[in-house]
Amino acid sequence: MAFKYFPHTDEEVSQMLERIGAKSLADLYSDVPQELQQKAEYQIPEAMSEMEVRRFFNKLGMQNITLRSFLGAGYYDHYSPAVAQSIIHRSEFLTAYTPYQAEISQGTLQYIFEYQSMMAELTGMEVSNASMYDGTTATAEAMMMAVAAAKKRSRVLISDTINPFVLRVVKTYAKYQGIQVDMIPAKDGETDHEALKAELEKEDVAGVIVATPNFYGIVEDYTGVADLCHEHKALFIIHCVATALSVVRTPGEWGADIAVGDGQSLGIPLSYGGPYVGFLCTSKKLIRKMPGRIVGATRDADGKRAFVLTLQAREQHIRREKATSNICSNQSLMALYVTVYMSLMGAKGLREVNATSYSMAHYLAEVLTSTGLFEMAYPGKPFLCEFAVKTKLDIEQLQAFCNSQFMQCGLKIADNTLLLAVTETYSREDCDNLVEACVTFNKEQEGCKL
Amino acid sequence: MNNKFYGKLIFELSQTGRQAYSLPKNECSEYALACLPSHLMRQQAPLLPEVDELSVVRHYINMSNNNFGVDTGFYPLGSCTMKYNPRINEEVATHREFVGLHPLQCSETAQGALAVYYCLQTCLADISGLSEFTLNPYAGAHGELTGLMIMRGYHMERGDLKRTKVIIPDSAHGTNPASSAVCGLEVVVVKSRPDGTVDIDDLMPLLDETIAGMMMTNPNTLGIFEHNIGKIAKAVHDCGGLMYYDGANLNPMLGKVRPGDIGFDIMHINLHKTFSTPHGGGGPGSGPVGVRAGLEHLLPNPRVVKVSEDGFETFKLQCSDQSIGSISAHLGNFGVMLRALAYILTMGREQLKWVGPLATLNANYIKESLKDVFELPISGVCKHEFVFDGLKDKTSGVTTLDVAKRLLDYGFHAPTIYFPLLFHEALMIEPTENESKQTLDEFIHIMRQIAQEAKDDPEMVKTAPHNTPVRRLDDTLAALHPVVTWRELQAENY
Amino acid sequence: MDGLYYSESHEYVKVEGNLGFIGITDYAQQQLGNVVYVDMPEVDDEVTAGEEFGAVESVKAASDLISPVSGTVVEGNEALEDEPGLVNKDAFANWIIKVEMSNTDELANLMDAAAYKAMIGE
Repeated sequence: MAFKYFPHTDEEVSQMLERIGAKSLADLYSDVPQELQQKAEYQIPEAMSEMEVRRFFNKLGMQNITLRSFLGAGYYDHYSPAVAQSIIHRSEFLTAYTPYQAEISQGTLQYIFEYQSMMAELTGMEVSNASMYDGTTATAEAMMMAVAAAKKRSRVLISDTINPFVLRVVKTYAKYQGIQVDMIPAKDGETDHEALKAELEKEDVAGVIVATPNFYGIVEDYTGVADLCHEHKALFIIHCVATALSVVRTPGEWGADIAVGDGQSLGIPLSYGGPYVGFLCTSKKLIRKMPGRIVGATRDADGKRAFVLTLQAREQHIRREKATSNICSNQSLMALYVTVYMSLMGAKGLREVNATSYSMAHYLAEVLTSTGLFEMAYPGKPFLCEFAVKTKLDIEQLQAFCNSQFMQCGLKIADNTLLLAVTETYSREDCDNLVEACVTFNKEQEGCKL
Repeated sequence: MNNKFYGKLIFELSQTGRQAYSLPKNECSEYALACLPSHLMRQQAPLLPEVDELSVVRHYINMSNNNFGVDTGFYPLGSCTMKYNPRINEEVATHREFVGLHPLQCSETAQGALAVYYCLQTCLADISGLSEFTLNPYAGAHGELTGLMIMRGYHMERGDLKRTKVIIPDSAHGTNPASSAVCGLEVVVVKSRPDGTVDIDDLMPLLDETIAGMMMTNPNTLGIFEHNIGKIAKAVHDCGGLMYYDGANLNPMLGKVRPGDIGFDIMHINLHKTFSTPHGGGGPGSGPVGVRAGLEHLLPNPRVVKVSEDGFETFKLQCSDQSIGSISAHLGNFGVMLRALAYILTMGREQLKWVGPLATLNANYIKESLKDVFELPISGVCKHEFVFDGLKDKTSGVTTLDVAKRLLDYGFHAPTIYFPLLFHEALMIEPTENESKQTLDEFIHIMRQIAQEAKDDPEMVKTAPHNTPVRRLDDTLAALHPVVTWRELQAENY
Repeated sequence: MDGLYYSESHEYVKVEGNLGFIGITDYAQQQLGNVVYVDMPEVDDEVTAGEEFGAVESVKAASDLISPVSGTVVEGNEALEDEPGLVNKDAFANWIIKVEMSNTDELANLMDAAAYKAMIGE
């Protein structure tokens, strides 16, 4: 049985069995009725050596095609610092569990405290939890939090300008929670404030969810929305793209009660959808309604400042079915990632990331539209690093053509509409290449028609 | 780890004007961020540290030295399955060809990644005796919620709307009832018998047409195999309910029992427990959910399916209206899946089947070696874990908390304490199959020594730990007066 | 303790005319340990006998508050917001909510001090 992850020798197994008073390993399962025991062998592959495992994944890796992709839709290819990658592989962080034994977990507890501090700063809110799975589930949790805080109301309004990948998760949670979700229509790519007001006046809304920047990349104006929500006793929730908050008006500045979103844009590699990190920040007043873990400051027996998990009586392991959420843990290692990222970048670096992304995106928008093949879907609307264009080109065919050039031209969000994102990791040449591909594709198409 | 307390926050290293990043020059600076309307812009910059790169590295490395992980030492945390996290898994997870993929990339350009998903899903189905798995759930609790949605979805699609209750044993993890509540299900508690297993006499009267199903952990949280599972599953099925298997304790079943073979319809697996992916200080995890044949259409969107076209096999993403809906943005924590698959392939069918028996051997060995000094409330063979109800001799007043804290002084992580709630002084121990006899013997020796110390010098045990970076912390102070950000910490002059 | 009404879930009611002052018993606070938070309903909220109206939290436990009587909340004990530990100091002096009772007949379903003491084995 010698195997690299199994330390016992046959002799040791015999000694141990003897201490237990069992004759064989099978004896240890004498309490499991024979008819319930597994009869057949597993069908999974035979064991591979380490070299074979490497080869297996190398081979599969080669079946992926690396593209210069203009995809965003909530997940962005930002600069990922070497330091952040290396710190999260530090084994004392990587192989620890939730910091239940605070005396030997100060490393984890400290970085979570730093994470909470930084996320509160970034969103302009007073407090943050220790992180959540991702932005979609964090938004669903915010919705449940609004309904729990409202006590007798179970209707939530969501702007049509929210990311549809977030919306579909929120709707699933709502369905099983018995929460009614109604959409606030969009006007020119922005939330229709008149429609929102009319719905709020029905006096049955627990929460309102909007986005900044919204799904189309537009930085919406939420002047007056917080007051409107509060006048009608609804919580105001803003779903945000984390990195953008270092430059655009924050949920705190808009007067929001809860800020949620995904932290992926803080330099986390795309990794085909995860792991990322969700954030949920709120006011101090609502801290006990907040789901998830929280780390707080305290002192040890000698009076030293240190950190512990706190306000645990809200959580599932104590409150069971009355807990604020079923979430057990946090997305700790990824919270560490974004904490290190923000430490490295600081406010100045984050601003620079956004300034360059803004420049590149506006350059691309200009050169794309100047071909005459595209026009801005929402002309004149302020955007940061993502924008929607309309085109007469067949988007599916254009996509296939771009793929063949090792590019992905963005996300098709309607029959004739394409959503594109650009960040500081794109060069002017990357943008020019995309434009050239579009022009070439169009020429080939026209050639076919002739 | 070391015992020298570091304790600083990154904010305390900050000096205005320092920086720790380098970015390429903006090639299109003619388009300036300042052109955005000022009322849409942030008014005040966030208070983030200003530090140089070496300071950042040292800060986090110093912090990590105050942390205990599986790589540091024995971590017998009951119900958490703190296995060794193999290095090859980490190498695979940082493979460039996977790390750079955007989740919305056309599936034609992500065939390797989809193959990983599909292959892992197929392996898990084989290991658990179920038909198909979704890997989309982000964690165990998220898997539970997904599984319960499938349970409710099953009844809803048949128009059986009165099934709104779920039966949960009193020994269950708190997540079970919490997930049920989030899923809109009412919890009905079934009692345990003195031997820790479900009381069938208490269960039977609960079964009626309002029951959506029953959630069980098997072996249960006391490490006892629910030998009546056959009877229980039949009774729940006869009343029209479904059986849910909480995979928290799947490890001892590897090689011995497949949940799908013993009457379970839906289950979740914690890849970060049974399949060796690192716990990461609390996440990211991954909570795949499997279902028996006939329930696959309810699995969350999107699903990864294999299609054959012109003799070629390709993988595609599929969304269906029959599904419970989406529970994650895309395909879940893909990076965790790479690690779990690397583990399964390394183990192979030859080794995986020994995981359960060896984990069980280690648990029973510790139990039998300590039961004369610690109170063993349930005797007989356990599975991968077991529970002591504190010290056998309680006259010293030394509690389970004290024993746990004293263990830290000796370089061991503490077991899970005060859970399950069935015993006042619960101390729940789970070694895994990766721990050597030497490690177990050392642990046994120290546990016996602490029992002796409790007699000789109880005050010293009650004030433990003494050799850790910080001493016992004041939980009450933290909860009474929550200080949760740097800004607050400064305002409070902490 | 005498003259108060007690529930099996360890709440008491002190009656003054139509008003009931509801809190948790000294025995309950001892069991719970250091109270760090009291979750109470708002003024004008309705409470119903036998139903939950809030919770008392310690560091590692939480206990639901079950109303012994029905009625309308006229006041919450604000002092507990700043200093929840008052419940530990004197549970009977530090009531949690003041309720205008809608049905004083419900008091008959509660225990007197002697019966409560017997129940907790004093």
